[in-house]
Amino acid sequence: MEKPSAGLWRKIKSRYNLVGSTCSKCGSNYFPPRIVCRKCGRESKMEDRKFNGNGEVVSFTTIRVPPDTFKDEAPYIVGVVRLEEGPMVEGHIIENSRPIDIGTKVRTTFRKMYVDGEEGLIYYHYKFEPV
Amino acid sequence: MIMREVAVVGVGLSKFGERWDAGLKELMAEAGVAAIEDAHISSNDVEMLFGGTMASGRFMGQEHIAALMSDQLGFKNVPAVRIENACASGGSALRLGYISVASGIHDIVVVGGVEKMTDVTSAEAGTALGGAGDQEWELFQGITFPGLYAMMAKRHMYEYGTTEEQLASVAVKNHDNAYKNRYAQFHKKISVQDVLDSKMVSDPLKLLDCSPISDGAAALVLAPLEVAKKYNDTPIRILASEQASDTLRLAERDSLSGIKATSIAAQKAYKHARITARDIDIAEVHDCFTIAEVMAMEDLGFYQKGKAAKAIADGETALNGKISVNTSGGLKGCGHPVGATGVKQAVEVVWQLRGDAADRQVKGADMGLTHNVGGSGATAVVHVFARAD
Repeated sequence: MEKPSAGLWRKIKSRYNLVGSTCSKCGSNYFPPRIVCRKCGRESKMEDRKFNGNGEVVSFTTIRVPPDTFKDEAPYIVGVVRLEEGPMVEGHIIENSRPIDIGTKVRTTFRKMYVDGEEGLIYYHYKFEPV
Repeated sequence: MIMREVAVVGVGLSKFGERWDAGLKELMAEAGVAAIEDAHISSNDVEMLFGGTMASGRFMGQEHIAALMSDQLGFKNVPAVRIENACASGGSALRLGYISVASGIHDIVVVGGVEKMTDVTSAEAGTALGGAGDQEWELFQGITFPGLYAMMAKRHMYEYGTTEEQLASVAVKNHDNAYKNRYAQFHKKISVQDVLDSKMVSDPLKLLDCSPISDGAAALVLAPLEVAKKYNDTPIRILASEQASDTLRLAERDSLSGIKATSIAAQKAYKHARITARDIDIAEVHDCFTIAEVMAMEDLGFYQKGKAAKAIADGETALNGKISVNTSGGLKGCGHPVGATGVKQAVEVVWQLRGDAADRQVKGADMGLTHNVGGSGATAVVHVFARAD
């Protein structure tokens, strides 16, 4: 097993549902969630925020030489996506019939990420797909 | 506030490459002994050691590297501290060595850097290096380092029209320089076409756009400038030592087509040294991927944003060009044992400024710069050096 499963489970709210955080003082949105606002420091409180999952591709690439955990998945496309609410996030972009390019509109979808060994845990994660 | 000026009085390097003949101890001794001899000191003179290494635990199962390095070099129970800052471990170790001499706490300090990467498979090495980014949100999703720099490259191409041929020209230049460096991992000239034809790793980056997995070590001896001549006829003064950090995660940065920490560290360094980028004759910049050298040339202020790729392809940064960049061969041609890289960059600049760079000597090199990056830009360290005579 490559990683203990707690590493997935303690982030599951964010990994499955795109829950980040928003600053109660300045309104800045963050994904993944943060405890301290980058602008306000400790002067404000951070609250959970679920993002709507719509965004735009800022950059992307195809990973052809993967880490061992993803050796059965390669090649796969990953990208940086700017969410409608502001934050930029990294994620897989799944291929459908629509072309992927910088500027392509995408939305999140819930997918399998990888399987940990033949009979191991199945890891799920948000991914993006072109709309 | 600087309490006193600092000089490099000794430098040493191991041969870089796939060093199946040498473990961590042998690599450290090869570089360390050379530096001590170059400074004409004995092991007893050394007061403290700063050792840069990124992932000796992942690569070799060996932690506690600084004490090991100190022991291997015969230093007598001196304080020794390991510095880990991903691929900027070496540059960060140099900065702390500089601070310890500048502060007056120590007189003779050794800065070492080492990495032994070829005893594990390349997939294991890639996973270890992935820790330089955000493990939970980048590596966990299978986003590798070539992948991160590929996304920076694609964005740079989109914003400025940079081409794959221009990126390839960085690797060609650095292999040309490495050909003249006997310490370099590669002694093989390559063409733009070779780069374009090499295996795609993460588009637009191909195998020959990427620095290699390497073994190697580097070492420096630092001393107060006022007594530097006692140790070396040509001491090299450290004019500035600056560093900046940024988000570990690429997506959280202001821009994907540049490294902000580099700009911040460089501007602080130029201000401290009372110079501008134009005063620099030679530079060792962090070309972990070809796009990284293009961004470095812009973020360091040598070229405007979007102008460096063409200038590099036109030969402006070749040996004895407008500014000679990565005369050692850089990370691409000389090799990239991550913890050693930041220290090796300083070794090369010292050789150039002394006039000891053999076939690759740049004429009239009076002022040099080193630029060492950690991860995809979460750390950047910039040093400026000049002849002290």
